[in-house]
Amino acid sequence: MPAAGGGQAELGPRGGPLRQRESRRLLGGLARPAAPPAPSAGPARPAALALVTLLSFASRFHRLPEPPHVCWDETHFGKMGSYYINRTFFFDVHPPLGKMLIGLAGYLSGYDGTFPFQKPGDRYEQHNYVGMRGFCAFLGSCLVPFAYLIVLELSKSLPAALLAAFILIFDTGCITLSQYILLDPILMFFLMGAVLSMVKCNSCADRPFSASWWFWLSLTGVNLAGAMGVKFVGLFVVLLVGLNTIYDLWDLLGNLSLSLVMFGKHLLARVLCLILLPLALYTAMFAVHFTVLNKSGPGDGFFSSAFQSQLIGNNLHNVSVPEHLAYGSVVTMKNLRMAGGYLHSHWHLYPEGIGARQQQVTAYLHKDLNNLWIIKKHDSDTDLSDPSSPVEFVRHGDIIRLEHKETSRNLHSHQHEAPLTRKHFQVTGYGINGTGDSNDFWRIEVVGRKAGKLIKVLRSQVRLTHVATGCILGSSGKTLPKWGWEQVEVTCTPYLKESPNSLWNFEDHINPKLPNISLDVLKPSFAEILLESHMVMIRGNSGLKPKDNEVTSKPWHWPINYQGLRFSGVNETDYRVYLLGNPVIWWLNLVTIGLYLLIAVSTAVALKRGVQLTTELKELSRVVLRGGGQITLGWLLHYLPFFMMGRVLYFHHYFPAMLFSSMLTGITWDALLKFCAGFLSHSTTARKVYRGGFLALVLLITYSFYLFHPLSYGMIGPMASDPSSPMAGLRWMDSWEF
Amino acid sequence: MLLKRGNKAWSGGGWWFYYLCMRLTGGDAKPLVLRFGQTFDRMLGFLKKPVVVTAEINMNLMALTVMGLISRLWGLSYPRAVVFDEVYYGQFVSLYMKRIFFVDDSGPPFGNMLLALGGYLGGFDGNFLWNRIGAEYSINVPVWSLRLLPALAGALCVPLAYQILIELQFSHCAALGAALLILLENSLITQSRFMLLESILIFFILLAVLSYLKFYNLQRHSSFSGSWWFWLLLTGVACSCAVGVKYMGLFTYMLLLAIAGLHFWHMIGDQNFSNVSLMCHFLARALALVIIPMAMYLSFFYVHLTLLYRSGPHDQIMTSAFQASLEGGLARITQGQPLEVAYGSQITLRNVLGKPMQCWLHSHTNTYPIRYENGRGSSHQQQVTCYPFKDVNNWWIVKDPGMQQLVVSNPPRPVRHGHIVQLVHGITTRYLNTHDVAAPLSPHSQEVSCYIDYNISMPAQNLWRVEILNRESDTDVWKTILSEVRFVHVNTSAVLKLSGASLPEWGYRQLEVVGEKLSKGYHQSMVWNVEEHRYGKSQEQKEREVELHSPTQMDISKNLSFMAKFTELQWKILTLKNEDTEHKYSSSALDWITMDTNIAYWLHPTSGAQIHLLGNIVTWASANVAALVYTCLSLWYLVRRRRKIYDIPEGAWQPWVSAGGICVGGWAVNYLPFFLMEKTLFLYHYLPALTFQILLIPIVLQHLSDHLCRSLLLKSMFSALLVAWFSSVYLVYSTFSPVTYGEPALSVTELKDLRWKDSWNILIRKQ
Repeated sequence: MPAAGGGQAELGPRGGPLRQRESRRLLGGLARPAAPPAPSAGPARPAALALVTLLSFASRFHRLPEPPHVCWDETHFGKMGSYYINRTFFFDVHPPLGKMLIGLAGYLSGYDGTFPFQKPGDRYEQHNYVGMRGFCAFLGSCLVPFAYLIVLELSKSLPAALLAAFILIFDTGCITLSQYILLDPILMFFLMGAVLSMVKCNSCADRPFSASWWFWLSLTGVNLAGAMGVKFVGLFVVLLVGLNTIYDLWDLLGNLSLSLVMFGKHLLARVLCLILLPLALYTAMFAVHFTVLNKSGPGDGFFSSAFQSQLIGNNLHNVSVPEHLAYGSVVTMKNLRMAGGYLHSHWHLYPEGIGARQQQVTAYLHKDLNNLWIIKKHDSDTDLSDPSSPVEFVRHGDIIRLEHKETSRNLHSHQHEAPLTRKHFQVTGYGINGTGDSNDFWRIEVVGRKAGKLIKVLRSQVRLTHVATGCILGSSGKTLPKWGWEQVEVTCTPYLKESPNSLWNFEDHINPKLPNISLDVLKPSFAEILLESHMVMIRGNSGLKPKDNEVTSKPWHWPINYQGLRFSGVNETDYRVYLLGNPVIWWLNLVTIGLYLLIAVSTAVALKRGVQLTTELKELSRVVLRGGGQITLGWLLHYLPFFMMGRVLYFHHYFPAMLFSSMLTGITWDALLKFCAGFLSHSTTARKVYRGGFLALVLLITYSFYLFHPLSYGMIGPMASDPSSPMAGLRWMDSWEF
Repeated sequence: MLLKRGNKAWSGGGWWFYYLCMRLTGGDAKPLVLRFGQTFDRMLGFLKKPVVVTAEINMNLMALTVMGLISRLWGLSYPRAVVFDEVYYGQFVSLYMKRIFFVDDSGPPFGNMLLALGGYLGGFDGNFLWNRIGAEYSINVPVWSLRLLPALAGALCVPLAYQILIELQFSHCAALGAALLILLENSLITQSRFMLLESILIFFILLAVLSYLKFYNLQRHSSFSGSWWFWLLLTGVACSCAVGVKYMGLFTYMLLLAIAGLHFWHMIGDQNFSNVSLMCHFLARALALVIIPMAMYLSFFYVHLTLLYRSGPHDQIMTSAFQASLEGGLARITQGQPLEVAYGSQITLRNVLGKPMQCWLHSHTNTYPIRYENGRGSSHQQQVTCYPFKDVNNWWIVKDPGMQQLVVSNPPRPVRHGHIVQLVHGITTRYLNTHDVAAPLSPHSQEVSCYIDYNISMPAQNLWRVEILNRESDTDVWKTILSEVRFVHVNTSAVLKLSGASLPEWGYRQLEVVGEKLSKGYHQSMVWNVEEHRYGKSQEQKEREVELHSPTQMDISKNLSFMAKFTELQWKILTLKNEDTEHKYSSSALDWITMDTNIAYWLHPTSGAQIHLLGNIVTWASANVAALVYTCLSLWYLVRRRRKIYDIPEGAWQPWVSAGGICVGGWAVNYLPFFLMEKTLFLYHYLPALTFQILLIPIVLQHLSDHLCRSLLLKSMFSALLVAWFSSVYLVYSTFSPVTYGEPALSVTELKDLRWKDSWNILIRKQ
């Protein structure tokens, strides 16, 4: 790291007439060189770091326990933290690390997991919640020093780093988002950690395989695993690091002084630290997740029978059911597709115009009485529950009838189009009190078995073939619209492909006439569990579709700070917190992105045209193109993909991108001020302009924070639309609701 | 007209263009110089000298064109029945013929217009009911000319493929191979022979690529020459045509823009260019590749809107203002309405959203049930709904809260932004009201009713503030049709909103209207506009009822500017979504690479003759292999070059890279985006990507033979293999040609034999 003071010492004598002549050849704005006012000398840096860290912690921890009730998504993540403390299994669309850490923080700070986190607004009363909030606020506070260090590393300029840090310290949005029990501060912590260690590792590139190089490289890997482990959004930072690594390796490959063996070592080191290490950590956190959560809970139904049998308290745990299927048994059938549901029916009919107007049959992920079916013979309707009649087992190849227990309708299919998968046939519930027609007959077959064998509960993979049309009962995995209660479509497929979509197993089995036998069910391997839980998460994520006519947040709203999120309180008397970025900062960021593009393009064109630049300008253009480029790439990677997402989006999804945008602002304005100062040859004026510009920016940011700080630290009193409110003049956009 | 059309379509084949130009410029010159690749200015130079002309004709190209024409045009009017999506495009052709306005949400209008041009040339009157695939065409439908343009476009792709490979600096042999592969590709043949848009799209895409290559190759020695300009401009024109036919064309357009940008970037680094000449180059490119395509795109819409001036079945998705600009329909009703809404005006209020269907604010004498099915209570007051049909109960009267009268005073007092009004239902004279009672289906919102005084301490809350959203100043007058208005309830600041849910039986399945308390920003469901309007004259209820039943009449017309119409139509095309239902032959993008799916286009009503969209499986497989080989080889070369090891000479490296950029790039941009799309996909969406992939096969083959087959023995073995492989391509083509052309009819066993993959759905009649 070249000392900044030394840089300045060099600058003075070189700003002579010679350089001025040279600079005539510069294109447009890249004119005269001048001594950019240098940042203050060496010891200022630790002091500056200490200052921003202190400010950051102070702003995040100020009024942390307020409001003392559940705010916004705390209802989810607080609840999930409690699940870890209670070791109850649950299902969530995000990977487990963030919630595990919340749970751990709660556990260490003395929270006992008894608070129900029912809905936003519930009072915490005597429960200890500050520990969890404090943990999130701690991680949130770390973002500022991280940003400071990243910008310092990329631009080697203290003012740039300070500017970026001040922007983050005084942004109301960042403060609000860090103060509650949420995943975002944890995610952003790992994300910025990954970027920081990547940047540090890059600057160690001149001494590869040194201890610090190894340290930063492996730390990058650890942070990547952390980011991925909190939310799948972490994938974007993995991409960023991946692209950076590819660029790096390509560079090394072109270096002919490096032997191929050395290159191989470089490659291996990166594979080890950036792929294998994160993968191992990621897997490990799932291992911990599954080990900790060993009790049955609300998430069971999303998983396969085999998985459920591992959970204490689940009806499949240490299960003891009749082993072989018999006529008259009451059963539930589960689809073998990953995250497949139970065969389900209910009183509602298919709507008009969608196949025949008969009772719906769907696949449903939750356990429910409507999942129960009775196995009957196709040709006789004798009351099999009569205890005196002999038990008759169902055998492979038998033709059976499945009667829905609650509605007494038979599982039925016919040559009508299925509601969503038009190539398949519709499956309905048909008949009254079990009397239907020949379209209710199904042949039951076990995969890989010979005729006449008995059918085992849980272990047999069963296929049901419709006798009349020859199609196979399956679940397409598509979600039905509102009329089908957003359950999963069940169809009868005429294509005889072997796939888990068309295979089922029997899960519950009730037959009082048969002895219960304890079954040692197939234990799934860890890899299977891992794969399954990912499938379930992905499916859950893509299932979060916006409802019709619902006003949702659009990605283009975000950078312009169009609309915030209500964290707490609606009415005038409530303690209100509103997640909204500090508009001055956000709009400054927005303008800066345009400005940066302008500067970067003109610099790149000038370089490509071979314009002779002075050393300082060369250094500056390197910072703008290389450092700014990396940050811009990060911003793009964390923002653009949201345009292509079909799921429901919220304002807070923009915050990772906002971090990058703020760092870019620091770098760009520093470079811009240096350019401007460069116009003025007198070093004193130049320094004044530079210092003045910098100070003006910082003051602007601070003053806007003073104006908007009640957004984060709570507003009481009339709404801003009321002229008597203290926030009255500040509602600059109609879409803000405070 | 025909000549002009021909000019554009034939210009792909180089020398025809010169031929036609000669005919147009120096029509009486008898001997002609036709030299392939000549430039305009040199040609003009010839005019000064004695006209001595020698002809040079590329027989390959001639023969390929003729073969292409034969393969695409042979028996074009068979089958004389509606084939697959003709049922869809045919409707639009008919509507063009009748000049009736429609909205095709699948894309811009240029493609439909070209198809309609075919109908126009064939003298089609538009009288055919396009309702069923397989329906026999009546005698007035000029099947041949309707199918002619797509077939011509499909045929011309063959010589275009040839030329592209030549311009990429590959041998004539490779170029011939590419053209033949395109010629013998069953799926491309099928798709070109009917009234469908893909072949036209592919034609314009290839034309754009070819013209860009020609332009780029001219760049080196003759910048700013006539032919340089010609090819540059043609690139832009062809791109805009491709985009105008289907939005898929955007992908290729973006690819070409990126390639042009890259080339220009290299020019920036070239110190031989002065800053001024660089600027000129930049401006020329911006003009030809950005501005002209945009202008062309606008002009498609201009022609579209000029042609279609009558109102028709799709009117209702458009705003009232747009509808009023069409002849007939709403214009007939609204013509001559008073413009400014005044106190005492009688109005109908249409919701701007138009989803799930267009509807008007409505009320009728029935009340909300005291208890809903789920046990919640209601106010039991008169229902207010949104009703999708014109009805006398849609009329409302704007009343000044301070006055009793329900007629317009003289002079009328207009209602302005921010005014507070009451809305009186015309037939029942009850006031529009909302209060803190949960709405029937959206319990988070307030119920909206027409107030009935039950004397139960539930006072009337019937004051509404009128907010004009598209106002220019805060004192704007509320205007018929033009103003978009929001009604804000004075007591609760709830906003009148269409929830979109449809009420149960007691509400006659009409749409629910609610008061939205948490109105987050702008949403069209909260915006209303006045559609029908007149000044009320009758103070007495009886008279007023008669007045309400009578049609409105008066005279002023409102004309929208073209840009306003364009913006609205464009927005509708982009946002309108069809019900996302799966089609029997729809497939996923992953099925296309291996051709795991097919589409049955047509089946003869009695015999087993049928037409399928089914590709030449050998070509598809080879194209995949070629893409794979290309990628692996390029990666290998790249890594080696990075270590300064040059496996192939620099002269061969450049064409190899640019060929890959175009062919692999073209394949990727036309294929990969489908994985992100959530619409119903069909096999024919893959055809543009496939075309690019096919072009890659001869490129890879020539490269293998030139650079990897080092010995003579290897070379001759390779050639022998090529001949065998090519025969198999031909064999597959001829095997499947019965289902490509629909002739001859095959027997059941023959059809069963054609089912090479289990997933192919070949139709077999039950005996």
